[in-house]
Amino acid sequence: MAKVLIIGEHDGQTLNPATAKTVQGASGLGIDDIDIVLFGTALDDVAAQAAAVNGVSRVLTCVHDDFAHPLASRIAPEVAAIAGDYSHILTGSTTFGKDLLPRAAALIGVNQVSDIMEVIDARTFKRPIYAGNAIVTVEVPEGGPVVGTIRSASFAAAGEGGNAEISGLEPQAEDPGHTRFVRVEGSGGDGPDLASADVVVSGGRALGSADNFAIIFSLAQKMGAAVGASRAAVDAGYVPNELQVGQTGKIIAPDLYFAIGISGAIQHLTGIKDAGTIVAINKDADAPIFEIADFGLVGDLFELVPELEKAV
Amino acid sequence: MKILVTIKRVVDYNVRVRVKPDGSGVETDGVKMSINPFDEIALEEALRIKERGEAEEVVVVSIGGTEVQQQLRTGLAMGADRAIQVETDQAVQPLTAARTLLKLVEKEAPDIVFLGKQAIDDDCSQTGQMLAALWDRPQATFASRVELADGKATVTREVDAGLEVNEVDLPAVMTSDLRLNEPRFVKLPDIMKAKRKPLDTVPLADLGVDSPPDLVARTYEPPPRRGGGKMVGSVAELVGELKNKGLL
Ligand SMILES: Cc1cc2nc3c(=O)[nH]c(=O)nc-3n(C[C@H](O)[C@H](O)[C@H](O)COP(=O)(O)OP(=O)(O)OC[C@H]3O[C@@H](n4cnc5c(N)ncnc54)[C@H](O)[C@@H]3O)c2cc1C
Ligand SMILES: Nc1ncnc2c1ncn2[C@@H]1O[C@H](COP(=O)(O)O)[C@@H](O)[C@H]1O
Repeated sequence: MAKVLIIGEHDGQTLNPATAKTVQGASGLGIDDIDIVLFGTALDDVAAQAAAVNGVSRVLTCVHDDFAHPLASRIAPEVAAIAGDYSHILTGSTTFGKDLLPRAAALIGVNQVSDIMEVIDARTFKRPIYAGNAIVTVEVPEGGPVVGTIRSASFAAAGEGGNAEISGLEPQAEDPGHTRFVRVEGSGGDGPDLASADVVVSGGRALGSADNFAIIFSLAQKMGAAVGASRAAVDAGYVPNELQVGQTGKIIAPDLYFAIGISGAIQHLTGIKDAGTIVAINKDADAPIFEIADFGLVGDLFELVPELEKAV
Repeated sequence: MKILVTIKRVVDYNVRVRVKPDGSGVETDGVKMSINPFDEIALEEALRIKERGEAEEVVVVSIGGTEVQQQLRTGLAMGADRAIQVETDQAVQPLTAARTLLKLVEKEAPDIVFLGKQAIDDDCSQTGQMLAALWDRPQATFASRVELADGKATVTREVDAGLEVNEVDLPAVMTSDLRLNEPRFVKLPDIMKAKRKPLDTVPLADLGVDSPPDLVARTYEPPPRRGGGKMVGSVAELVGELKNKGLL
């Protein structure tokens, strides 16, 4: 039985782009049967979006008040309960997927393949290790399903135009009652989403303060770009954590990436290896970021960034 | 309250890891090894909880060969009360690590098991979630703030959307994110004192852990290199290049 189950990610209104990218990754398995399962309280809109993704055969909607927030301890047993019907269980390598899927994998009794960046065949995958300094080809042994997360930066989103069948699915597990969602605090900025933006402008420690970071936001706004940051900038409190790019932040693949006042530590570079074109602005001509940048400009960012904003 | 903290021995985060020319693995000979940075943060948090008077004992655990005793000793020097080495020559994958930790949890009955959110060698980010599943307890992953009261923990988690706050009943599994705290430096007298703290060794084979078939690593390769770039002399030149490429 070759059948793929993808756990869809959404916020109640919109299907996360990571899900269509996971479908694209799954399409390389050579398996035609791809289902998306959604957990939520009201799923009509999201289910319609999932059904429109090319290559999807069925959308399963599991509706219950318990699913108002995606708590791994509540959802993982549901995934494990339906796993028996599938040869592959996949989701995006977002914090949703990273939190949920290993919990389901343990219940199913298999190791997970994290951050799949390339599909070799139905059971063989490439994935990055050591902050992307090495790529390992791993084979999943027989005897259980393939459980894996798909690295969003490695796959384009599957297109739209599909017309999958939508059907309901009854919850099978109970709320363990030991974990409660309290709140989520996001900056909720109105710019484009960092994970999927075509252009990203990132600032580093060199910005020096939250106030100074305004020149990065201003340039990004002029270009219709999303704003990112190095860990040092986040740690220093210039910008919120969800803007961090890198090994432990977001792994992104915009067409154009600006690294401004960022030295280019390995952990940061891991997050931008798949960017189309990288531009670096740094006052230190020996900064490691210039080794991987497509275009490098040496100078003081406080002069160059306003100049750039005028020129674009 | 008792807190169990896991410590994995990994290649130090400052080392630029290289793939062996024959693709059989990565170069680890003569390379500096350290406590996985996330585990150091987990341990620091456990020690702070103890120093606030909210826990009595902090136990560090590592699964690996004799060499992991170095990292356990460092953990003791940071302030852990005792250490357990689960001895094995084989590298364990996350599900085996989680099943092994479950055996220790059954014996030690901790209120919190604190792990790193990921090991910076395999970058799996699985073990904590797996342990929580097998133990049938809450998981508070990617924690950047932990508050304890009345048998519950309020944990702030770093998620893609921002910061999510969850409340979990204890006992629970937590995994640390980078901004949880900044680990302390170990002082020389503490290293001396740590030599007298207990470090127990248990062979993995004695724990009765049922290992699932492991993922098989076929080959290792270096990441594709980005082509050499070009230095530009001015903003005007940069904008010209980007326009040429159709990016502006
Ligand atoms: C386990 C682990 C995980 C990590 N994960 C991440 C991650 O996900 N993302 C991440 O980014 N980091 C991560 N880091 C941290 C990483 O190692 C670096 O410390 C961090 O990326 C440095 O940030 P930065 O480049 O902004 O700061 P710095 O390294 O301090 O660089 C600042 C740069 O700005 C330049 N500069 C200064 N003033 C000016 C000026 N006026 N004009 C122009 N240029 C100027 C300097 O020349 C320098 O190159 C991680 C570290 C560890 C240990
Ligand atoms: N062999 C091990 N010994 C001790 N702790 C481990 C071991 N393997 C994994 N861990 C813990 O599990 C966390 C996540 O590891 P991983 O799932 O491999 O990314 C690490 O940060 C450690 O805290």
